[in-house]
Amino acid sequence: MSSSIQSQGTAEVHPDVLLVERARQGDMAAFEKLVRQYERQVFRIAQHIVQNREDAEDVVQDAFLKAYEKLDQFQGNSKFYTWLVRIAVNEALMRLRKRRTGKMVSIDEDVETEEGSVPRDLADWSPDPEAMYGQSEMADILRKTIQGLPPGFRVVFVLRDVEGLSTEETAESLGLSIPAVKSRLLRARLQLRERLARYFRKRDARSSQDGAK
Amino acid sequence: MTCTEFLAQLDDMLDQDWAIPLRADLEEHLRSCEHCEITLNTTRKTIQIYRSHELYELPDDLRERLHRAIMAKCRKC
Repeated sequence: MSSSIQSQGTAEVHPDVLLVERARQGDMAAFEKLVRQYERQVFRIAQHIVQNREDAEDVVQDAFLKAYEKLDQFQGNSKFYTWLVRIAVNEALMRLRKRRTGKMVSIDEDVETEEGSVPRDLADWSPDPEAMYGQSEMADILRKTIQGLPPGFRVVFVLRDVEGLSTEETAESLGLSIPAVKSRLLRARLQLRERLARYFRKRDARSSQDGAK
Repeated sequence: MTCTEFLAQLDDMLDQDWAIPLRADLEEHLRSCEHCEITLNTTRKTIQIYRSHELYELPDDLRERLHRAIMAKCRKC
């Protein structure tokens, strides 16, 4: 107990901050530890945005390289991971833009849609939807469904709900306000729910609805 | 409480610890509104399913290749 009381009074230094400090002084092994720690997450986030493996690999490499080059700019008032995610998200959006031959891609794209902001599919789901599909079929359904969201919703859902960043960290990573993150998150969740309903609805409910059409 | 008022608080309900009971007025609405109950439960399920499935795995061999490429780039700069 006494140690927890003590630690309330002193700001704890995140281990990443020490690694960044060492990396800044040229300690490559320290930077490599940071890469090891976060390469998997950054790859997942990148792939959710760019939606193909080759581009995601490039994004991960470019993001870590940029982070390495900009280590001096890391202030330490946010987590290193949040800072790194911000770099990776920007790299991924740039990559998407390139692929679309110059068409603007931003996290504000298509977020004005009203789709899914009010629940429409009100049928209950099967009690255990995951038992309705095999592992790989389920993964296909989930990928296809999330890929249908506008990037600005997708990335908020992925950071907040899949990767487990806090609302504040998500806002910081994306350069969005907290209310903007909250509003996008709710709509992303509702849109995904709406789209998954067609797969997970109770079988009898689906057949009765089909019959009503 | 109307459904619109209930939905306005959906995020808070989803983000709180699922073991914590909801506020009394929310609980009361849920008891009388099947649609909101379904919306809350299926949205929870949506999040849980996405959390529990690794959609983009990074196999060990690819991870190693990627790791080496990252470090090589950084060492060069």
